[in-house]
Amino acid sequence: MRPVTVEEIESLAIGAWILGTGGGGSPYLALLNMRELYDKGVVCRLMDASELADDDLVAVCSNMGAPLVGQERLTDPNTMALAITMMEEYLGRKFRAVMSLEIGGGNSIQPFMGAAMLDLPVVDGDCMGRAFPEAQMTSFAIHDLQMYPLTLADVRDNAVVVARAASWKWMERISRKACVEVGSIASTCKAPRTGKEIKECAILGSTTKAIGIGQAVQAARRAHRDPIEAVLEVEAGIKIFSGKIHDIARRTTEGFLRGTATIEGLDAFRGHVFKLAFQNEFAVGWLDGDPRVMTPDLICVLDTVAGDAIGTETLRYGQRVTVIALPAPSILLTPKGLEHVGPRAFGYDLDFRSVFA
Amino acid sequence: MRRRLGIDVGGTNTDAVLLEDDTVAAAVKTPTTPDVTTGITRALAAVVDQAPTAREAQAVMIGTTHFTNAVVQRRDLGRVAGIRIGLPSGASLPPFVDWPKDLANLVRADVVMLEGGHEFDGRPLVPFDTRGMRAAARRIREMGIRSVAVAAVFSPLNASCEEEAADILREECPDVAVTLSHRLGRIGLLERENAALLNACLIELARTTTRAFAEALRGSGIGAPLYLTQNDGTVMLAEVAEAYPVYSFASGPTNSMRGAAFLSKRDEALVIDVGGTTTDIGSLRQGFPREANSVVEIGGVRTLFRMPDLLSLGLGGGTLVSGPGVRREPLTIGPTSVGYRLTEQALVFGGDVLTVTDVAVAAGLIDLGDRTRVASLPAALIEATLTRIRAMIEEGVDRMKTEAGDAPLIAVGGGSFLVPPRLAGVSEVLHVPHQAVANAVGAAIAQVSGEVDQIFQDLPRDEAIARARGAAEDKAVAAGADRATINVVEVEDLPLAYLPGNSLRTRVRVVGDIAG
Repeated sequence: MRPVTVEEIESLAIGAWILGTGGGGSPYLALLNMRELYDKGVVCRLMDASELADDDLVAVCSNMGAPLVGQERLTDPNTMALAITMMEEYLGRKFRAVMSLEIGGGNSIQPFMGAAMLDLPVVDGDCMGRAFPEAQMTSFAIHDLQMYPLTLADVRDNAVVVARAASWKWMERISRKACVEVGSIASTCKAPRTGKEIKECAILGSTTKAIGIGQAVQAARRAHRDPIEAVLEVEAGIKIFSGKIHDIARRTTEGFLRGTATIEGLDAFRGHVFKLAFQNEFAVGWLDGDPRVMTPDLICVLDTVAGDAIGTETLRYGQRVTVIALPAPSILLTPKGLEHVGPRAFGYDLDFRSVFA
Repeated sequence: MRRRLGIDVGGTNTDAVLLEDDTVAAAVKTPTTPDVTTGITRALAAVVDQAPTAREAQAVMIGTTHFTNAVVQRRDLGRVAGIRIGLPSGASLPPFVDWPKDLANLVRADVVMLEGGHEFDGRPLVPFDTRGMRAAARRIREMGIRSVAVAAVFSPLNASCEEEAADILREECPDVAVTLSHRLGRIGLLERENAALLNACLIELARTTTRAFAEALRGSGIGAPLYLTQNDGTVMLAEVAEAYPVYSFASGPTNSMRGAAFLSKRDEALVIDVGGTTTDIGSLRQGFPREANSVVEIGGVRTLFRMPDLLSLGLGGGTLVSGPGVRREPLTIGPTSVGYRLTEQALVFGGDVLTVTDVAVAAGLIDLGDRTRVASLPAALIEATLTRIRAMIEEGVDRMKTEAGDAPLIAVGGGSFLVPPRLAGVSEVLHVPHQAVANAVGAAIAQVSGEVDQIFQDLPRDEAIARARGAAEDKAVAAGADRATINVVEVEDLPLAYLPGNSLRTRVRVVGDIAG
């Protein structure tokens, strides 16, 4: 267990936004909350999963809802803490630590907000290793762990416990309905996990990894080096394409932002066209019509000059972007993992082929 | 005859033009003075000298960077109270939370957070705490605070909490200036609130500056109504605009691009504005600059202002050049510039530094100063410099293009002679008369706009856009537009992830000519 500095939280925000692969929501407001808390003297602690006893209980938390609503109804640590303590009351047991549901985007920082209020450590890890749009797209679901109970808290003292759900899909439907009712933004504590489950089924070390990516970007900027090259170096990633956004088509279906972005090549990629499909996150990329990169490999779109991640909601005409691929956690690459998060899980009739194979 | 006076008050120069119908009847460039108004008075006198009919102008439009500079330089800012309506939501991130500490400490007189606000679908979040609002208003009066910013959750969708707060403030402290966030910004509470807070701390300066402008006009014998130009290339009547100084933050580059469109008679083109120190490249869409979609920082404060999307290059007439035969290898162009000291320091003006202007004179692109002073420049250096400049411009133009295929490029600004007649990716390079005062021309032709940015649910796309358009037209007419001349200049719709029932965020912007 070690203390986490506020500088590391700043780096986490940058790295997590890149690992968000276009989704997960901007970490900016969560980061602001952490700056405020650290100003008041809070210091969060990060713990390695190996420090957990097998029968310790860990809260897996996330903010749920529409990113746009989150820009008006600003996230706060008390609501996050409320979802966690509600779960403790429901279970009649105390948590030993909290952990992030998804390391990609704003949910990388949510557990730190809850942990700061409850004086609990944060486990170094998550259960996606990136961001994904649906509840069953986690390493816990791939391992067939139980998906209930779930608590959901609203800032107005509305709270919901989903005691049971017949499947991950049912859990998603029921909790989504409750979330919409309270204004499409809520703090949630997912099914509690034992220390043993965390050690065996979580994607460990992803918090440290996100901090490292952010630090690489910051160091490169300070040294006036290319931040994208720095990310590729530190994560053994591959540069897939570089160009200018030429066209964007978006539509919402079943509550997801789906669409495609077409990028026209520049520099070394001049004369080539890259097409990216997304469902909240980037799912598949085609180079001149042929599949080039696909989920669960991480597809990240970065501002070519600044190296900042660009979300699927903020993509726009004319942006100069670089598409990179980062390796996915190995659990997602297993046959069972690919059933949950491979291209077919997103409706693309493609056999998964990793760019890292 | 329609006569418009356009004035651009920049950091270095104050430019003025008289536009008679579509003709530039007078154009002057004078130095900006520290008090701003003396420069305007001089510019007006020079214009009247050139064209006495200027006294009969029916409208005067002024564009200025005065308010942006006040924020950046932390001067002449008032102390304000920030009122947030939205508790219990957002309690951990109060007003001013992401401001630079020095600026927040300078302007923050009080912060009040109250229950209220709305949901994305229009339902109240919780009832508005009007009693708390009244208590806050009384305290503001007692504290002697003169300017207040009010921001409520989802006020762009439902402004009733902000309006009610304004009513209470008017009752309890009628002399206080009130800025409501929904008048200034889009969805994004912190950025919209920041815009309202910035506006509130500039409001006193805006009032005195605008009135000084009006005074300068009257002193020059011009009785026409005064308008101030805004970031988006449109204008507001000065007496309205003085309540919204933040709207003028980016009016300089916008006016320059609008002027380029007018002078070249092109609505769809790229514009390159080559000044003394930098070159700005932007893209015109239906005669207006394409706007940046991202967060814009003003003096370190995050906002979501409508700003033109510009690419700035460190290339201008005063940019320093060094290379083989002169000082050192390899060839280096900029980013340092002699700026306004060009006429003292450049070789052709008797100085001792090699600037891009000297190379242009040597190459015969322009006739300036003493040509013999650059006669001995190596031909290879001249050619290499021009090749490099061409590459810089071509790359910049390519970055700003939003569509494949060649596009026309309009060249304006004092250094526009640097733009080669033929460029890769450019169908034609257009040089226009009066290019050096394009910004004042842009001010003179400014129209009135209206904009709506709203979430519609369960409506067909066409109907959502039609409703947004109707509301935008009403706003434009309220701001002084002639309804018969209104055109839609921008339609954008974005389906929203995670929201139920086909939610569509629709933004429509319309513009029209000034009525009368």
